[in-house]
Amino acid sequence: MTTTTNATTTAETGLSTQRSPFASAYSDILAVAQRNLIALRRTPQLVVFSTIQPVIFVLMFRYVFGGAIRVPGIPYVDYLMPGIFVQTAAFGAMGTAIGLATDLKSGLLERFQSLPMARSAVLVGRTVSDLFRNVFVMALMACVGFLVGFRVPNGLVALVFGMLLVLLFSYALTWVFATVGLAVGDPESAQAAGFPVLAPLVFASSAFVPVSSMPGWLQAFAAHQPVSVTASAVRALVLGPDAAQQLLGGSTASFVLQSVAWSVGILLVCAPLAVARYRRAL
Amino acid sequence: MTDTAILVEGLVKRFGTVAALDGIDFEVPTGTVFGLLGPNGAGKTTAVRVLTTILRPDSGRAEVMGHDVVKDAMAVRRRIGLAGQYAAVDSNLTGRENLRLIGKLAQLPKPAIMPRAAELLERFQLTDAADRPVKTYSGGMRRRLDVAASLVQRPPVLLLDEPTTGLDLPSRNELWAMIRELVADGTTVLLTTQYLEEADRLAEDIAVVDGGKVVARDTPANLKARLGSTVIEFGMDSEPAATRAEALLADRVPDPPERDGATVRLRATDGPRMLMELLRALDAHGLVPATLGVREPSLDDVFLALTGHAAEPGVTGMGNGNGAGNGAGPGGRRAARRGRGGAA
Repeated sequence: MTTTTNATTTAETGLSTQRSPFASAYSDILAVAQRNLIALRRTPQLVVFSTIQPVIFVLMFRYVFGGAIRVPGIPYVDYLMPGIFVQTAAFGAMGTAIGLATDLKSGLLERFQSLPMARSAVLVGRTVSDLFRNVFVMALMACVGFLVGFRVPNGLVALVFGMLLVLLFSYALTWVFATVGLAVGDPESAQAAGFPVLAPLVFASSAFVPVSSMPGWLQAFAAHQPVSVTASAVRALVLGPDAAQQLLGGSTASFVLQSVAWSVGILLVCAPLAVARYRRAL
Repeated sequence: MTDTAILVEGLVKRFGTVAALDGIDFEVPTGTVFGLLGPNGAGKTTAVRVLTTILRPDSGRAEVMGHDVVKDAMAVRRRIGLAGQYAAVDSNLTGRENLRLIGKLAQLPKPAIMPRAAELLERFQLTDAADRPVKTYSGGMRRRLDVAASLVQRPPVLLLDEPTTGLDLPSRNELWAMIRELVADGTTVLLTTQYLEEADRLAEDIAVVDGGKVVARDTPANLKARLGSTVIEFGMDSEPAATRAEALLADRVPDPPERDGATVRLRATDGPRMLMELLRALDAHGLVPATLGVREPSLDDVFLALTGHAAEPGVTGMGNGNGAGNGAGPGGRRAARRGRGGAA
């Protein structure tokens, strides 16, 4: 049977073969992700650039502003670094928008849409490769933290668990920015559109200073938004349950759950949005 | 197998209030080259995007090798190759990596991918550059790689959207030769172009499109014959000589010649043959032109004749054949198109 089928297939469809949707989706996602990672390996300056800004923030807050910020009970650097991790993940997500907008503008997405590949592969492949990049960037930022005196009283395993939360949050954000990138359609606008979305989230948060120092109306927003709860969750994990209760006013579990809820919620809303946007992007 | 490779019936696609396709019909027999000829904004690219399953039509029907582009999109995608107006390749990857990526995504059997990539690189003279990132390629090389990418899966139907726009003369001729080779192997090609000359060289059949409609459908030769006009210009030494030439030529051509100073201009349906006749006649009367101009009908002439209005400025035929008439680069064209889409 297979011989006959193959003969017909070659005559009618050239070299393309029919595969089960699942096998095709898996290998297509891998192919697209691999393509993005090759680009990353070939332009390592992109990774370096995406860590320059957070490193500057580390140095600035650690050595310039840090002295003026009082956090009860712990050294400021231990408060700062989890915030920096979340900030890095948030701003790093703009890379997804820029990458997709570049592919859209170059006509590559058009070619992908004309190929017998899994429709999901372009977006999933892109977000998965960006997740890999974020793993790398996070590891780098942790090293920077250790260099400036960041300590993890609750152990490295707790830090790794915290990093997983940050990566989950970054993965959710890459879907937000996939939508943005496809909507604006060119890399420069993608970059410009990203900042106004991210700035309030990152700065009106507990990433750099305790929320209690902010005016009341802002606290309501700042205390509950995803950047803050994720930073709090990482701090709670790294500092241990007692410090979490005293410093952050909540249990580790509650912060972790809030952070996961935010990330999953963002994913559930934005992944379908991005897919819809991809379908009519061209 | 079916005798009709591409079938388009009453296809309509609107972007907001603009009908990019306004009930377009055509049919392409298997193993032939079909040209969609028209200016920017005529709907050529939209037609290609519907046929490649990138856009869904608002109404009407389109089939590729008997498969509906909407209902059976995956089957269509397995049978087509697409090369667009600009080189849709990844500049961070090497040429070989680009073809490998397309091979994977086109669902080629794994062992077939690398040999196929090598074969195409060889055929498009990219073997030496195969392992260099595409960002180091020249424009012509990128375009060749783009066309190579559209052939990775050996598609029975190839859609080329203005494949030679922005190419230099040698690259263009190479590409034309390549297209002829593919057709000799049985591939069906749909080609969009703004250049009558290109459609004339490659296509057996042409549909002239304007405002999302087919305004003429014929062979290139018939189309040109209907337009009727190679323009021939004799530049004489002096006005009296031109006057004599005008009188002499008037008996031999259907339309009366025009004289402008020392220049005599006339239109001919059968350009080359008539030119020889006229030159002999002039020679017999001792009249030797100082300059000679022959101009084949351009897209502008086609448009003027078929629609009563001129094609957009800046798309007046091949000029010197270097495609320099295309002022806007890929970015500009894209921007214009996105702008139109954005109005939706």
